[in-house]
Amino acid sequence: MAFVFFAYFAVVSIVAGILTVALKNPVQCGLALLALLLHVSGLFVMLNAEFLWAVQVIVYAGAILVLYLFVLMLLNLKTDDRYFHAKAPYLLAPAVIGLAYLLFLLVRSPFGGSRGDASPAAILLNGDAHAIGIKMFSDYLLQFEIIGVFLTGAIVGAIVLAKTPKSIETRRDA
Amino acid sequence: MIPLSAYVAVSAVLFATGLLGVLIRRNFIIVLMSVEIMLNAATINLVAFSHYLEAMQGQIVALFIIAIAAGEAAIGLAIIIVVFRGKISTNVDEMNLLKW
Repeated sequence: MAFVFFAYFAVVSIVAGILTVALKNPVQCGLALLALLLHVSGLFVMLNAEFLWAVQVIVYAGAILVLYLFVLMLLNLKTDDRYFHAKAPYLLAPAVIGLAYLLFLLVRSPFGGSRGDASPAAILLNGDAHAIGIKMFSDYLLQFEIIGVFLTGAIVGAIVLAKTPKSIETRRDA
Repeated sequence: MIPLSAYVAVSAVLFATGLLGVLIRRNFIIVLMSVEIMLNAATINLVAFSHYLEAMQGQIVALFIIAIAAGEAAIGLAIIIVVFRGKISTNVDEMNLLKW
């Protein structure tokens, strides 16, 4: 049963990713990206990461994608006839061959390693959000604060960039 | 039980798709969307290893990746708006002000 769900989420997310790259209309690309994000969040549930599932749906599908669609609607783009780069056919074959070799290597490798202390049973005891919270606010507190400063800087930078600049005449008068 | 290499394979395919999108698309907004695909592929990888190695660190870093992606989307779209205001184009081939 788990395999059926995994196959569904994996296949749909890959198809949605390809559609995001290949579709012509930017708005349709955005909707394909929405399908990709939701199915990736399904993969997170398969991996016992419920908190990340919620964050993925709220932040990615809810906030970031709406931002993209907002800008697409705001700019009112016309779709070009040539929406691929001129050198695209030359890149396609190397990409497919490289990916096939990479998959060949990945499927053969055993991926062993030392186990940590967060076994599925230990996480299920208090829930995934509890486990992440304990770790985040003890070992990763400094990184958490840095992310906060980074997001503040990003928001201020975005506002400064997108503000309508004053014309040169009015600036000279002031 | 799904093997770890299955998740890593999905992540590799998604990453290759995103990389190809960055290389071949001409619309800057779609290029940014392809970057989001690549970030999602990295997140799948981290969460899968976090689950199979029974360690929490992968999920923490995945949360940081989502925060970074939010900042990157905000800044990237602001840059698109600035460029579009000046040149009425989102074609990456025509953005060459900083080229030389």
